Amino acid sequence: MLRTARAVAAKDLRIERRSKVALTQVLPFALVVVVLFAFALDPSTSLRAATPGLFWVAVLLVLLLAVQRSFAVEVTDGAFDAVRLAELDPAGVFLGKAGALAVQLLGVEAAMAVAVLVFYDPTARAADVTPFHVSVGAIMLFVAAAVAATTGLVATGTLYGALAAGSRVRDTLLPLLVFPVVAPVLIGATRATEATLGIGKTTLSDGWPAVGLLAVFAAVAVATGVLAFGPLLEEA
Amino acid sequence: MSTSTPSASTPSTSTPSATTGTRATRVLGLVTLTLFVALVIIGFVIARPDVNQYDAARLLFVHVPAAEMAYVAYITTAVCSAFYLWPRTRSATWDRVAGASAEIGSVLIGLTLLTGMLWGKITWGTYWVWDARLTSTALLFVMFLGYLAVRQLDAAPGVRRKRAAVLALVAAADVPIVHFSVQWWRTQHQAASLTAKGALEGTYRFAHFLGFVAFLLAYIWLMMHRNRVAMLQEHLDERGLDAAIAERWREGASAAEAIPS
Repeated sequence: MLRTARAVAAKDLRIERRSKVALTQVLPFALVVVVLFAFALDPSTSLRAATPGLFWVAVLLVLLLAVQRSFAVEVTDGAFDAVRLAELDPAGVFLGKAGALAVQLLGVEAAMAVAVLVFYDPTARAADVTPFHVSVGAIMLFVAAAVAATTGLVATGTLYGALAAGSRVRDTLLPLLVFPVVAPVLIGATRATEATLGIGKTTLSDGWPAVGLLAVFAAVAVATGVLAFGPLLEEA
Repeated sequence: MSTSTPSASTPSTSTPSATTGTRATRVLGLVTLTLFVALVIIGFVIARPDVNQYDAARLLFVHVPAAEMAYVAYITTAVCSAFYLWPRTRSATWDRVAGASAEIGSVLIGLTLLTGMLWGKITWGTYWVWDARLTSTALLFVMFLGYLAVRQLDAAPGVRRKRAAVLALVAAADVPIVHFSVQWWRTQHQAASLTAKGALEGTYRFAHFLGFVAFLLAYIWLMMHRNRVAMLQEHLDERGLDAAIAERWREGASAAEAIPS
């Protein structure tokens, strides 16, 4: 199972390295969204308080694009039929696709986090010129939250991506399917990020229960995907 | 129930009746209608206004049974989907019943949300609060709309059914979350009143019981009709396919004749 997962993930990442779609289209899109939020909300007041939520909503949009891309490469030229015929373990295929997505999504999140710090400056305090008040503990909390949230997101996204793949309506169907299910991730990740930034008198210790919620969601999502991918792969 | 069910092996020879009603559904429909009339009379005439909520409490005669039947409908969808996914019990019937149940369940959840919002505006002063019960119910509604969308997928019937069944199982996992949300989190929505001792008495308890039976019968009645409509639809699709194949055969035959020997 893990060998299959590694092979599928390596294949997807190789496709990305050669096509550079995530790098040249998805990442710039994420940065455009970050900038658009700054236009929509007043940067001096509401933007700062809304930063965690905006960040994770932007991640959800990126997830959607990444999942669509991940299954577009399978469906064109009937590549998925080859995967099916190769008698690979469906759980391995699921973990591989999700793993490759996670690597890409974490990369985009890292770039977005830097962009948000620069453009929104959510850590700035009054009458202070030192840039970026970010402690080691805050970084640890954010990284833990991001890894747990991303695991849950890519597992859900991969499951539903396979579900909608190959259909003419997949582009409109996928968000309808994915977004309601990942609502808990949005809530948990936003709470954790608020604690990271100390928004609304939160402290770092307020963030860890949210990371716990994210981890539970991720575990359930991965287990569901591993179990459900078999019936989805063996098409009638 | 129906004597003219189309069998899968001989789709074009047996024609199901053009109506989805039978004597059973007509009797059931009349009983259901009578119960709803009784519920309306009790709800609007016999029941006294609540001490605290006044007339708004009457909304709950619809709200609570609709929510309970929506649970029943979605759980039915999940169970039928599981039967469909299990290879030994795989049959298009399970898929049809699951789909019919999900459609009715979505109407009921919509009704629950609507009556709940109206009641909330009167009692809480707002249509919506972001508490766990309301939020998880709204998500349940949206997830089953997604399920119904997947049922319309342009894929081979077997593929479509399997995908829908997987999705139904995932979405139905929200049902217990909705139900227990009032215990797990501190919600604006009150905890279960029915099982609480002394919380609901006399006319109100009876009205709720009546409402539940009325909605249950309405659900069964709708299920029978919806299921037969789906059966007719499948029959029609099969017949269309048979006709198309026959036409290609004729084309082939006439083309073969046209070739000079």
